[in-house]
Amino acid sequence: MSGPGEGRDPQGVGRFDVPQPPAADVEPARRNGHRPAAQVAPTPTPTPTEEIDTAATDEPAGDLVDAPPSGGTEPAVPDRPGDHWDRKVANGLAFLRRRLSGDYEVDEFGFDPELTDAVFHPLLRLLYRDWFRTEVSGVEHVPVDGPALVVGNHSGTVALDALILSAALHDKHPAHRYLRLLGADLVFRMPVVSELARKTGGTVACNPDAERLLGGGDLVGVFPEGFKGIGKLYADRYKLQRFGRGGFVSAALRTGTPIVPVAIVGGEEIYPMLADIKPLARLLKLPYFPVTPTFPWLGPLGMVPLPSKWLIEFCPPIPTAHLTDSADDPLVVFNLADQVRETIQQTLHTLLERRPDPFGP
Amino acid sequence: MTPGGTSGAPGVVLVTGVGRYLGAHVAARLAADPRIERVIGVDAPDSGTEFTDLLDRVERIRIDPGALGGLLADLDVDAVVHLALVSSPDPQHGGRSAMKDQNVIGTMQLLAACQRAPRLRKLVVRSSTAAYGVSFRDPAVFTEETEPREVPRGGFGRDILDLEGYVRGFRRRRSDVTATVLRFAPFIGSTADTTLTRYFAQPFVPTVFGRDPRLQFLHFDDALEVLHRSIVEDHPGTYNVAGPGVLSLSQAIRRAGRVAVPVLEPGLSGAAALARSMGFGRYGLDQVDLFVHGRVVDTTRLEQEYHFTPRSTAEAFEDFIRAHHGGVVVTRGQLAAAEQLVLDGIRQVRSAVRDRSS
Repeated sequence: MSGPGEGRDPQGVGRFDVPQPPAADVEPARRNGHRPAAQVAPTPTPTPTEEIDTAATDEPAGDLVDAPPSGGTEPAVPDRPGDHWDRKVANGLAFLRRRLSGDYEVDEFGFDPELTDAVFHPLLRLLYRDWFRTEVSGVEHVPVDGPALVVGNHSGTVALDALILSAALHDKHPAHRYLRLLGADLVFRMPVVSELARKTGGTVACNPDAERLLGGGDLVGVFPEGFKGIGKLYADRYKLQRFGRGGFVSAALRTGTPIVPVAIVGGEEIYPMLADIKPLARLLKLPYFPVTPTFPWLGPLGMVPLPSKWLIEFCPPIPTAHLTDSADDPLVVFNLADQVRETIQQTLHTLLERRPDPFGP
Repeated sequence: MTPGGTSGAPGVVLVTGVGRYLGAHVAARLAADPRIERVIGVDAPDSGTEFTDLLDRVERIRIDPGALGGLLADLDVDAVVHLALVSSPDPQHGGRSAMKDQNVIGTMQLLAACQRAPRLRKLVVRSSTAAYGVSFRDPAVFTEETEPREVPRGGFGRDILDLEGYVRGFRRRRSDVTATVLRFAPFIGSTADTTLTRYFAQPFVPTVFGRDPRLQFLHFDDALEVLHRSIVEDHPGTYNVAGPGVLSLSQAIRRAGRVAVPVLEPGLSGAAALARSMGFGRYGLDQVDLFVHGRVVDTTRLEQEYHFTPRSTAEAFEDFIRAHHGGVVVTRGQLAAAEQLVLDGIRQVRSAVRDRSS
């Protein structure tokens, strides 16, 4: 298997000494690669590497080269800082091989951190950073370790805000924590979507799962408005809907977990829902059937979210450790749910004042 | 513990289903234990003779489960291990109706006999994690307290629910008997031969399109260990028995070097029904449902009560792969070689481009 590689080395190594992939187990080849590197290092200029970009992206691994070097891999080669494309290609290929041979770990909820880091978060990063120009504040209110329940407002016809929140939180948080989202069972009924949700760390919104995740010290994200929140009309934007039965509060109380309210501004404008065709929704067994300025008129083009300006603010945590005994007291649960709801609503108003133009810079 | 019963290993143990793989191994292991005086293996009258050499120290009785009634009392049985379950219909042996006869009626008759056995103080019943049913609203991880939300479509799942219901009734009527219900995850290992091991042994493995269920396996040797401990020790209650950790189906298929063939779910259900009616293949709705929903259980109670942790799902599966390397389509070596080849190719192209431009 290493035959062809070794055979090519003598002719090629002098010209394109490149670091071996982190996974290549051929030690001598790596040593070979380093020695000539010292001689050739000054020669390459950035220009040739630029030209080769296309060659690298033609590779099937091309869409993966954006991936940040995942933890645990060998550090970058010090000799040739200019040649990071080779490292990216090698990392991408090693990633592909690990995926194809099943060499990765999945937790009991189906969360696949490697795939999330390498594929989903880079895609979402493009969306939240470049398309929505998201500004995140108050990340210091999210604990660095230990459990917390992040409760947000839901909006946007498609539950994109949950994904944006999880990606942005992971990037901005000093401990790069993953947000484990709780989704409606409709999400888990749909093929493909259900698996995407599980692989990115989601699970069904039910108390056993929420308490299990919180008990394990995870950061759990929940949107208590559910479909009432994402399926509301554009006219009702930024008006928080009913918070259900407050199941999220009792999960937090039972585990003594702090609740971190989060307000998300910008989600309402991405697919402004002008009308809801209820008979069609009933026919398709969906909670609503949206009509937006672009959907369904423009067909698939209508799926492109409008580039609104996003602001995300995490509010100070609400401690619940002293209320562990009252998890089954409906009055305590409702009061706490109201407190969370009020906090989010007020933060939404202040954020909206900071953003006069929904499509501003 | 049970009032009046003495703890420790029982004298006379009766094992059902010794004509099958699991029963034969459990009976043989109990017979080899010096603490147990007598092991009686019960079996259907028409069962085969494949495990006779394994069972040389086991007294075998071929009898219809309906005739067990007086037998338990006559033999002074202290403990009963009920393993005679059929997990998938076998077209050669009567199909689904025979399966239901054995699983449901057989269990009913055995428990009726147990109820009238005065010396009985221990009952160990093999159940399955299929007892949790399948539903899209299910929690990701089942603990022993989780109630099934929907009755499963598959025959085996329904049988298991019935069986556990009968055991609950038995517990009420004979509270002096230590009843242990073991909910086993699917068995796997180098020697096990089950529907699931046959499934993974194929080079091309059908899966459900758009679903990647989370699976857990139990190594066959660990199943034997837990069953053995259930007899020689006292562990009343219901326990999940599975290898800790999770493999997703796609991951398991890749680790085994097989190729997944995704099929649309209605197609797969239809194909399963067709295959069954045509008499080949033993996949049923139980398997289809498992491959849509997956099933993961919490094994904390087992680990705390038995002081035993089965080997992890990944290790159990690894052991299975080592024994079934025949159908491998892609090996890790080939993948690593391909990776090296592509990388070398890219490097060569890049160096050529760099040479030309410089």
